[in-house]
Amino acid sequence: MSKILIRGAKVLGGEPQDVLIDGETIAEVGTGLSAEGAEVVEAGGKVLLPGLVDLHTHLREPGREDSETVLTGTRAAASGGYTAVFAMANTFPVADTAGVVEQVYRLGREHGYCDVQPIGAVTVGLEGRKLAELGAMHESAAGVTVFSDDGKCVDDAVIMRRALEYVKAFGGVVAQHAQEPRLTEGAQMNEGVVSAELGLGGWPAVAEESIIARDVLLAEHVGSRVHICHLSTAGSVEIVRWAKSRGIDVTAEVTPHHLLLTDELVRSYNPVYKVNPPLRTERDVMALREALADGTIDIVATDHAPHPHEDKDCEWAAAAMGMVGLETALSVVQETMVATGLLDWAGVADRMSVKPAQIGQAAGHGRPVSAGEPANLTLVDTEYRGQVDPAGFASRSRNTPYEGRELPGRVTHTWLRGKATLVDGKLT
Amino acid sequence: MQRHLISAADLTRDDAVLILDTAEEMARVADRPIKKLPTLRGRTIVNLFFEDSTRTRISFEAAEKRLSADVINFTAKGSSVSKGESLKDTAQTLEAMGVDAVVIRHGASGAPYRLANSGWIDAAVINAGDGTHQHPTQALLDAFTMRRRLIGRDAGLGQDLSGRRITVVGDVLHSRVARSNVDLLHTLGAEVTLVAPPTLVPVGVENWPCEVSYDLDSTLPKCDAVMMLRVQRERMNAAFFPTEREYSRRYGLDGDRMARLPEHAIVMHPGPMVRGMEITAEVADSDRCTAVEQVSNGVSIRMAVLYLLLGGNEPAVTRPTGSEEK
Repeated sequence: MSKILIRGAKVLGGEPQDVLIDGETIAEVGTGLSAEGAEVVEAGGKVLLPGLVDLHTHLREPGREDSETVLTGTRAAASGGYTAVFAMANTFPVADTAGVVEQVYRLGREHGYCDVQPIGAVTVGLEGRKLAELGAMHESAAGVTVFSDDGKCVDDAVIMRRALEYVKAFGGVVAQHAQEPRLTEGAQMNEGVVSAELGLGGWPAVAEESIIARDVLLAEHVGSRVHICHLSTAGSVEIVRWAKSRGIDVTAEVTPHHLLLTDELVRSYNPVYKVNPPLRTERDVMALREALADGTIDIVATDHAPHPHEDKDCEWAAAAMGMVGLETALSVVQETMVATGLLDWAGVADRMSVKPAQIGQAAGHGRPVSAGEPANLTLVDTEYRGQVDPAGFASRSRNTPYEGRELPGRVTHTWLRGKATLVDGKLT
Repeated sequence: MQRHLISAADLTRDDAVLILDTAEEMARVADRPIKKLPTLRGRTIVNLFFEDSTRTRISFEAAEKRLSADVINFTAKGSSVSKGESLKDTAQTLEAMGVDAVVIRHGASGAPYRLANSGWIDAAVINAGDGTHQHPTQALLDAFTMRRRLIGRDAGLGQDLSGRRITVVGDVLHSRVARSNVDLLHTLGAEVTLVAPPTLVPVGVENWPCEVSYDLDSTLPKCDAVMMLRVQRERMNAAFFPTEREYSRRYGLDGDRMARLPEHAIVMHPGPMVRGMEITAEVADSDRCTAVEQVSNGVSIRMAVLYLLLGGNEPAVTRPTGSEEK
């Protein structure tokens, strides 16, 4: 196997060091390492992180290959510095059987850009009525441990309770898309000052918060753990903070877009800003940043949601919800968390690699950058600043809210088990 | 004036007064035996109606025809839209036929804004009502009606509605008429009070330039005009209010309540009225109710808007030289 010497990289933002990769593993970390027999990558002060892990990605295959495939989605992931992504279950057919999750898992391995860990549906067809065969998905080759009806809320309290209880048998976790359905009928954007003016149906914060409150109490009651997808409101932060202080086994994620964008952008009626849960207010954004910094929110997850052009090139109400995020996530986190002094690079590694790998039990990912560990690594030029140009995306879709926006940071290299998937910003 | 008319909030006080004054000129045309001006001769306007609204479409059509524009009516029903064509493709198809202006009515809030700002077409866009967002020509015709009735046809020229107290009653939550009126009346200096059951007031209303009250009776004695909004009966199925009768008792305008209005105050309704619900027949048919007048004023307002957006610099009404106006 080949050797790669990454020379002069700031590991987790620390002092420059050399990192020697031998085959699939990190062989040595230190200074003045010998380059003998190794291909040298001059890091020149770039920051080296463990490969990023996304607990919330929509790869769309099978069923909506016009917006993304496992191949294009994992190429986008590698571009963004990811070495593992968790693929959500809302495909066509739904990933609610061992067959579908194994197919997605196998495609990820075959393409080799990024490990794909399928998420299984909690209920058959995401319909919220009948538990899917969670055990069969767990025992399949895909080894599913995270279950979610994402896109839909498991709103029936009994079904949610049973799911939380059932996955305890094999250490699984239910990831809840917290959205009380009756409170969000016809919802188009955050309910508040802007929705009142624009005449768009409101998606009130309480529709998220009431489900989170219920589910942390259910998790406590049955002694299970629950993960909250894309937490978006200041009130949700308070509930999760309270739950954690009580010892409830809850984890939560925030998306990059909820750390940066607000519902003021909806005034343009441009559906590129249409997403579920919706963009909230400045106050929510600040609470989410603070919560991510203090650990109340455990991780950043992209909710990468590709959609074809026509589904966004229309009037707001007709447009699909969602934004692509894999290729801009790290830049947005740098802008909102690092540049603001809320997190250092070790903190970013924790929130974008270590913790998501732990929550999803992604073996070999989110590990320390030290000898003997799998060589899943990401090299970031943190000094870079540039405008986001969707034309350069590896994703099949272009529905980014950041087009033309100047953001810091650029992933230049990604290694998956020692194999380069991204070199000098170009996919291999 | 801007190139499009999307929201009443986009109008400055001077824009709005100019439209009202121009509408007065246009209204004189309606008094002539031949109700027609050559102003928009050779210009093509499409009435692009994705939502049924016979009265608004007819009002625009009458205005367009009185200005000698060529008029194309497009309704979504039975058109390519019902076969899945997008708003963008529909608009581009129409523009390719040489349309100068698009008058659009759409069920989705923001659809006219998208049409005007997405680079899909170059034509001027006039919002004829979008979802629960805006209906700017309705607000203009309402302001026009108020100015005429409260100040006077000639005395009103050049005037705004400073200090006038206007109460808007009904389903504010689902009403583009309420939103447009709040914006425009505020711009024109009026004081607006919205009256509705709390369920029919949007969260976020606290930022609107108006007062909100849940009690109709206390606002009536001090208003110059009361505008009743239509309340759809099906709202009670979504628990916005318990029954039709309870709504009428608490928020409907009947003869007793009308008697509590100041003597000069007028009763307005954008139509269509639900008699027995928000307004009784006694009030609707009284001479204080301007509902029918609002309809004819609507044509003048729409003429004024079309003229100002499309007519360029020529005077709207040429001074009579012949016997036409005798």
